[in-house]
Amino acid sequence: MKLIKQGAEAKIYRGDFYGRPCILKERFSKSYRQPALDRSLTAQRIKAEVRALFRCRLHGISVPTVYFVDIDSSCIYMEDITDSCTVREYIVQTQKENGDSAISQLKPLAAKIGGIVGKMHGNNILHGDLTTSNMLLRGSPLDLNIVMIDFGLSYFDSLAENKGVDLYVLERALLSTHPNTEELFTTLLEAYKQANKKGAAEVISKLDEVRMRGRKRTMVG
Amino acid sequence: MVIAIGFEGSANKLGIGIMKDGVVLANPRHTYITPPGQGFLPRDTAKHHQAHALDVLQKALDEAKIKPEDIDVICYTKGPGMGAPLVSTAIVARTVAQLWQKPIIGVNHCIGHIEMGRLITGADNPTVLYVSGGNTQVIAYLEHRYRIFGETIDIAVGNCLDRFARVLKLSNDPSPGYNIEQLAKKGKKFLELPYTVKGMDVSFSGLLSYIEEKAPGLIESGEYTPEDLCFSLQETVFAMLIEITERAMAHCGSDEVLIVGGVGCNQRLQEMMGIMTEERGAKLYATDDRFCIDNGAMIAQAGWEMFRTGQTTPLQETTCTQRFRTDEVEVTWRS
Repeated sequence: MKLIKQGAEAKIYRGDFYGRPCILKERFSKSYRQPALDRSLTAQRIKAEVRALFRCRLHGISVPTVYFVDIDSSCIYMEDITDSCTVREYIVQTQKENGDSAISQLKPLAAKIGGIVGKMHGNNILHGDLTTSNMLLRGSPLDLNIVMIDFGLSYFDSLAENKGVDLYVLERALLSTHPNTEELFTTLLEAYKQANKKGAAEVISKLDEVRMRGRKRTMVG
Repeated sequence: MVIAIGFEGSANKLGIGIMKDGVVLANPRHTYITPPGQGFLPRDTAKHHQAHALDVLQKALDEAKIKPEDIDVICYTKGPGMGAPLVSTAIVARTVAQLWQKPIIGVNHCIGHIEMGRLITGADNPTVLYVSGGNTQVIAYLEHRYRIFGETIDIAVGNCLDRFARVLKLSNDPSPGYNIEQLAKKGKKFLELPYTVKGMDVSFSGLLSYIEEKAPGLIESGEYTPEDLCFSLQETVFAMLIEITERAMAHCGSDEVLIVGGVGCNQRLQEMMGIMTEERGAKLYATDDRFCIDNGAMIAQAGWEMFRTGQTTPLQETTCTQRFRTDEVEVTWRS
């Protein structure tokens, strides 16, 4: 197993699992936080991640297959999505190469993402950390074959408020990472409404509320 | 050579600082301190600023050993902040700008913190954790804006600490957060509290309600001391802040962190951030209370950068705004 990346809360290794390309995600203990807090967060998140991966699979949302979980060492062995890049890399590259026409080229991608998030929310799966780094594009990016990853902060909930916050996190991650993509988020929301017909209206009105809390809050000091 | 004077009064500190090409010539400050158990109200804070503005200004000029005619530009905090104190301070800035016939610039308070932090620490392109009584943001620079990657979705971390200090009736001198920090050093027993991280955002209101409600009972029964509760509160909220900072660093591929804002002078926060950055092979930059806490020099420094790139504010536009996002300002002085 070879270390390929150190994320915010886990080390990612690449190797193989009985002949299959495999990713090992090891949550390591954080020495800056209290041991009791650290243990409880690590245990909580590894369970949340495995549960969400199973539930997504159940509802036909592409995620890596889980091969094996070792709770004692906080390790998840899962499918390596080979021949892929992150949505983040793809957007950055498209914006760099195509300038003004990039947005119209990226609209189908935004719609696809909106559809997936809508489907997740329709099934009460909340990702908790929706960023363009946590979505992979498998094969040719034009195929829009998106695989969702990194479910450590996920949970199951039916409250529109929490779904609104989930979308808010995505909106902020998109706009701060990729300047001038407001239009893409609008496209994304349209697709979200289609995919989550029953709940979308309420979720989007909550999203507006959450936005107001952030953007219009008075800030002192 | 450009000399800039900065007027800061967005909250309970009145600060007037003078900067000359990156050198702090003077940076006096006067803080409005309320009795234990009470926060500062806009009206009384404004009165405090009005009462002390001229003394602090005289002190700044004396310390810097300069005369008004040596000054090239007047800078003041346009926002964000409390309306009445902002306006009181801006009036002083506008008045001296006209008396001395100097150009004037309205500065975003948050940008002031960031630019002062960069100047003092020499950090080049850091991920910024901006934590104070009214703000909690994780910021990174991208294409001429300081972009907000994560922030609180309800109250600020400093507000959470201050309000818990009021529950314990801690002194507001020099600041409630400082007194929490001192008690926390003596805390031993950790109480697990609600921990809310949403992507790169955090939420403190649920945690505050929880501890506000539980604290009196826990202290009375002798199960936890006030020291233990301060310790548990600090450990929990800071762990949340470090986590979102680390998430933003991983997301942006950054290897520098700068902590700014009043809560940023907390030694324990700096220590925890130090451990995190060391484990990632990254570098931590932090300042002390002279520059972390609101001050006039930071407004002068940001204004100096703006002036250098040809910006000034026409007098009729020298207004204040309570709501002024960090990412609204076009950063003309960085490439």
